[in-house]
Amino acid sequence: MMERRLWREASFDLTGKILRINWLYVLLLCGLAAVGYTALYSAAGGSAEPYAGRHLVRFCIGLTLMLCVALIDIRTIQRLSWVAYAVGVGLLIAVMRMGHVGKGAQRWIEIGGLQLQPSELMKIALVLALASWFHRASWERMGNPLFLIPPIVATLVPVGLILKEPNLGTAVIAAIVGGAVFFGAGVRWWKFVLVALPVPFAAKFAYEHLHDYQRARIDTFLHPESDPLGAGYNILQSKIALGSGGMWGKGYLQGTQGHLDFLPEKQTDFIFTMIGEEFGWVGTVATIGLLSLIVLGGMLIAIRCRNQFGRLVAMGISVNFFMYVFVNIAMVMGAIPVGGVPLPLISHGGSAMLTVMLGFGILMSVHVHRDTEFEAAGDDR
Amino acid sequence: MRRETRRTGVFTRRALLMMGGQAAVLGGLAAKLYEVQVVEGGRYATLANENRISARMIAPPRGRILDRFGKPVAGSRINWRALLISERATDVKATLEAFSRIVPLTEYERTRIDREIHKRRRFIPVMVREFLSWQDMAAIEVNAPDLPGILVDVGTTRIYAYGEHLAHVVGYVAPPNEGDVINDPLLALPGLRIGRAGMEKYHDLSLRGRPGAVQLEVNAVGRVIRELDRQEGVQGDDVGLSIDAGLQQAVVGLLGDESASAVVMDCLNGEVLAMATNPGFDPTLFNSGVSQAQWAEWTRDRRTPLINKATSGLYAPGSTFKMAVALAGLEAKAITVNDRVDCPGFLDLGDTRFHCWRKGGHGGVDLRSGLKNSCDVYFYEVARRTGIDKVAAMANRLGLGTELELDLPGQRTGLIPTREWRMAQGKVWNIGDTIVSGIGQGYMQVTPLQLATYTARLASGRQVQPHLTRSLAGVLQPGSLPEDWPALDMPEKALRAVREGMWAVVNEQGGTAPLAKLADPKVQMAGKTGSAQVRRVSREMRESGTFDSAKLPWEYRPHALFTAFAPYDAPRYAIAVVIEHGNAGAAAAAPLVRDIMTEVLLRDPANRTEPPAAKLAAAKP
Repeated sequence: MMERRLWREASFDLTGKILRINWLYVLLLCGLAAVGYTALYSAAGGSAEPYAGRHLVRFCIGLTLMLCVALIDIRTIQRLSWVAYAVGVGLLIAVMRMGHVGKGAQRWIEIGGLQLQPSELMKIALVLALASWFHRASWERMGNPLFLIPPIVATLVPVGLILKEPNLGTAVIAAIVGGAVFFGAGVRWWKFVLVALPVPFAAKFAYEHLHDYQRARIDTFLHPESDPLGAGYNILQSKIALGSGGMWGKGYLQGTQGHLDFLPEKQTDFIFTMIGEEFGWVGTVATIGLLSLIVLGGMLIAIRCRNQFGRLVAMGISVNFFMYVFVNIAMVMGAIPVGGVPLPLISHGGSAMLTVMLGFGILMSVHVHRDTEFEAAGDDR
Repeated sequence: MRRETRRTGVFTRRALLMMGGQAAVLGGLAAKLYEVQVVEGGRYATLANENRISARMIAPPRGRILDRFGKPVAGSRINWRALLISERATDVKATLEAFSRIVPLTEYERTRIDREIHKRRRFIPVMVREFLSWQDMAAIEVNAPDLPGILVDVGTTRIYAYGEHLAHVVGYVAPPNEGDVINDPLLALPGLRIGRAGMEKYHDLSLRGRPGAVQLEVNAVGRVIRELDRQEGVQGDDVGLSIDAGLQQAVVGLLGDESASAVVMDCLNGEVLAMATNPGFDPTLFNSGVSQAQWAEWTRDRRTPLINKATSGLYAPGSTFKMAVALAGLEAKAITVNDRVDCPGFLDLGDTRFHCWRKGGHGGVDLRSGLKNSCDVYFYEVARRTGIDKVAAMANRLGLGTELELDLPGQRTGLIPTREWRMAQGKVWNIGDTIVSGIGQGYMQVTPLQLATYTARLASGRQVQPHLTRSLAGVLQPGSLPEDWPALDMPEKALRAVREGMWAVVNEQGGTAPLAKLADPKVQMAGKTGSAQVRRVSREMRESGTFDSAKLPWEYRPHALFTAFAPYDAPRYAIAVVIEHGNAGAAAAAPLVRDIMTEVLLRDPANRTEPPAAKLAAAKP
């Protein structure tokens, strides 16, 4: 008990906190940003302008943000969880009323010159809220179905709002991230099976009620070659670029597909393709390796954490990052329907970078406060 | 604390499970990437190259058409064009305004330009105006700063050295239409023209040449980044005609204002030395599209300038057909050379009386005098004895009413009637039809080219086919030598008798065409007159005694025909002339043929390898 008390005192010491930051993890993030800089430099045809330079500046801002957040006490974050949730839902409603629609899907609002995608913030707020709900729940209490009703509602409200944006991809990711927190919190296996069973029917129903452009995405995913110059163009050109990279790639700045503009949105959604064309399979596997280290590192932070709130938050954020990576890479190689999901820290884009770094800040806060105990441990409800 | 431990344990297990899942999924992505990038990499690399490299064709220069002495009759001339690249113009409208002040653009052109600008991508040039004069071009160049987006480009256009004099033979080129482009996408190349008529059409593929290609590196929207490789096109082959352009010009000049056509052929090998049709048209008008007013003018003209009368004008051969009847009779042994037929001026057959052109008749007539006097009764009788089918077969063998192996599109076959043909019409052949056919009237229709071929075959005794192509890409084509043509399967004696009759027509006292006699006593021409009625002459008209076909309105007058060959003792040149509504062959056509033959003999194209010197050409009678 003495030791723990000692830590409680020390937890307010700034130097101590800084020392507890996982600097190796920060280094991995910097490495990923460097990969992004390299790829964006090539995407601009061998120039820091207009993408790579700005990417670097944004990363530095994001890194600062992350480190600041990392120093915030995890208990403060927990107390603010439901506030964040309420703000997130409020923004989602606001964006539906006055937001801008870009490229048929992503909705954003402008706050002080910054384009904000509330759906991205909402995912983090949801993770915080769910973790906050579950962090005191004992294993036994998790067995009570009535106890699960409020978090389920709390998940479905933002997911429903994001679906209505309409942004199918982010909605699905939000649902999966929420589900991951439920899973980590100890919801029984069979309940997941129960939820998963009607999914095929729901999918069929959803397909029939999708917007045309969304249905077209799924259709061209299923038969990309059927319309090589139409909606399937992006996927096909992306596969051509990836495939022509071969094992070792065409060499840095030598990618023909990307440099001759056959590759659409090469600086955002299709940046991974650019890497694949110029650095080949070796390059893509190395990038995936780096991304995996960040995903699994986040999960390890979750396991290492000694309070339930921190664990669940770290898991939720890691799963969120993992979903970004999976959806983006699977999309560019034509394994799942195209949806405007960027590759975090590599794709060009300001607000996504800040949201991701905010998430990593919270993750790092979990790590810094991994041994912090909340006032009353155990199930006190 | 136990509860806490349990919760931690569950979380850790599940987190590890999840990590396993994540690792598996990411590993799966890497594996799938291996498949896309390494296993199928080659296929995608090919696709990427196809993406990147765009091959574009370059229109090859069209081959020339030359006359028999190598003088170009169709060639290409540099064509200055003004193009507009809308991408480079700050304000397309302003640029066009400024352009209009230098070279006025019509409302019609403006609409076309606007349409093309909207249809094409912004970096593809749109043609603003072609066939710019040197002055216009200079003005555009000087004002270039005021004309952003305008550039002057050089292309080629077709020119015809002999213009309307040779238009029907050489034909013309025109921009391809949409149907052509669907069949051969190559034709979409800007500036490419295709042959629409005449030799331009017949030899279109040879003349077109092989297109060159540039391999360009392009980006996704098709903008050219740089040129990777360039292969120049191969110019189309030159086509050498058998036509003597100088002679052609002279013949057209001799035809004057008549609606007429004349064909000059080499008797020995069938080469067409001149094929003149009056009136002609300017073939360059088709280069960029014919105006409506011009079409209206052409279609209104009853002298049909667009039709090549030499190959598609159909006329009854009239008395020029009599040689065929005579040869048919001789071959069928219905007559001999010396058999006589009495001509009282008519032939009665049942209730019908068939008149000879000479009211009083010719008395006793044999083959030679029958031809010389063009006695109708003699040939009525020969046709009656021989029968129509044998007459028609002979006419076909001599080139009349059959399709000739001519290398010029659009020839018409004409018609030599037979019993079978009449039966196919659901009618019965009457003996009267045979009688009328004996003097080349009735249903019979032939072209001037067939008449020339017929005369050439009679004169040379060879089965020559008329042709206009002498060489292709400098290589002499088969058929240019007399040995290439087999002899007619006919006794020389019969042919000689017919030729003798034709000689008498021109050179003997009392022949029907004394006007055709050549001035030079050393060279003699043989020939035959003909008049083809275009309207039936009724008995009342004939018997009124005052009937004169020359007083009829122009379109009811008979056509005047004359066919001839020379020199008589060693036939080399055959000529056929048809003057539409020229009235009598003897009066109108015979002197014309004499003049043409004089010109031909002076120039003697068949025995020359170079065009005659100017002095000789000037030494016209």
